Amino acid sequence: MKTAVETQDLNLFYGDFQALKNINLRVKENSITALIGPSGCGKSTLLRTFNRMNDLIEGVRIEGRIVIEGENILAGGTDLVTLRKKVGMVFQRPNPFPLSIEENILFAPKIHKTAAKADHERIVEESLKSVLLWDNLKDKLGKNALNLTLEQQQRLCIARLLPVKPEILLMDEPCSALDPIATERIEELMRVLKEHYTILIVTHNMQQAARVSDDTGFMLLGELIEFASTGSIFTNPSDQRTNDYITGRFG
Amino acid sequence: MHRHFDEALKNLKEKILRMSGLVEEIIGTAIKALLERNSELAYKVIKSDDAINMLEIEIDDLCMKLLALYQPTAGDLRFITSTMKICNDLERIADLGVNIAQRTLDLLKVPPLKVKIDIPKMATASREMLKDSLNAFVNKDSKLAYEVCKRDDEVDKLNHEIFMAVFQCTPEDQKPVERVIDLILVAKNLERIADHSTNICEDVIYLVDGKVIKHHITD
Repeated sequence: MKTAVETQDLNLFYGDFQALKNINLRVKENSITALIGPSGCGKSTLLRTFNRMNDLIEGVRIEGRIVIEGENILAGGTDLVTLRKKVGMVFQRPNPFPLSIEENILFAPKIHKTAAKADHERIVEESLKSVLLWDNLKDKLGKNALNLTLEQQQRLCIARLLPVKPEILLMDEPCSALDPIATERIEELMRVLKEHYTILIVTHNMQQAARVSDDTGFMLLGELIEFASTGSIFTNPSDQRTNDYITGRFG
Repeated sequence: MHRHFDEALKNLKEKILRMSGLVEEIIGTAIKALLERNSELAYKVIKSDDAINMLEIEIDDLCMKLLALYQPTAGDLRFITSTMKICNDLERIADLGVNIAQRTLDLLKVPPLKVKIDIPKMATASREMLKDSLNAFVNKDSKLAYEVCKRDDEVDKLNHEIFMAVFQCTPEDQKPVERVIDLILVAKNLERIADHSTNICEDVIYLVDGKVIKHHITD
């Protein structure tokens, strides 16, 4: 399987505090990779390095390399707009624009001018169908997205990424605001999406990581302690700290 | 946070250890009954099987509940699944003990075979394998488990030797035919006890090291 993202000796500092320590990780293309670990272990920080969201935080210093499609995205001269089109992100708290549902979906294609007007209707329909919102919302496309339920808002946020045809989707606790049935449907959606995208998910829900991901990385105090296939992490982890964390002995 | 789960795991562990102890005792008694031609001990073995059957059901039920309610992972998951399998082997071993006791009662109706066949040696080898497999389980000792697995060939060999010795008896010694059949069945039961002990050791190796060595799968 081809590699979608690779980190090489990645270190990240918030001022004097080192939040990521020598991370070497290889994410396979068209797979779902889960990052797990206790709060503050650096998993969200690691996720945010993949589309350079940490650049927005003052005092951040990053060392090492992150290679996406053969290019080191940490190198100077990286076009962040192109990078963030390629690497989309969904957050814990749904954050639709205070616009209509339709305008949310078309926001990126309009800004990036990636689609002709004639295609707009099709893009809205396809994107909403991908996240199982079409049937409920097809008659309310002009409605303000902020009036949707949290669950619908989150699905809309995933749908909103798709029109610019990203290659990698970053999801930071995407289901933490959702009920179990909605969570299951988002997980099903992730399995469908991985045919076309590479997905990295940060989750506190270990059962979710076990259910949905192909590979799992366990992080602790800024280190990637163990990275392996999800089946092997959850049945036979090689590191005692991984075993203790996933069996609930700490964390 | 996990106190309740840990309590349930502890309860499971106590039950499987109790079952292990009882099964070891049953096999010890069955062999003693056979070698000493003691009908009282043979009846004791036959009666004790009910307790084992009940424990098997209790342990299976507890394992299913732990799996369904807690979705255990890693070491806990391996402990629960290994326990389910070991429990099944223990129940079968107890049945084999009962079979030996029943054969003993039959053998008591006729005088012992004049030709020397080494049932005691085989009985000792099988009983030791069972004892060590349970020690390996209790102490999570995969090294001992590997060592026990290797001994299975020796028991198979002893079984074959007994079969050949009975087969080569004079026609006179082979009468009554029920006696030699009983002896062959006893040897077969002892051989099966060693097989189930080997299964237990394979599960112990998976439990401790996470490695599958069944069916000679190598790394």
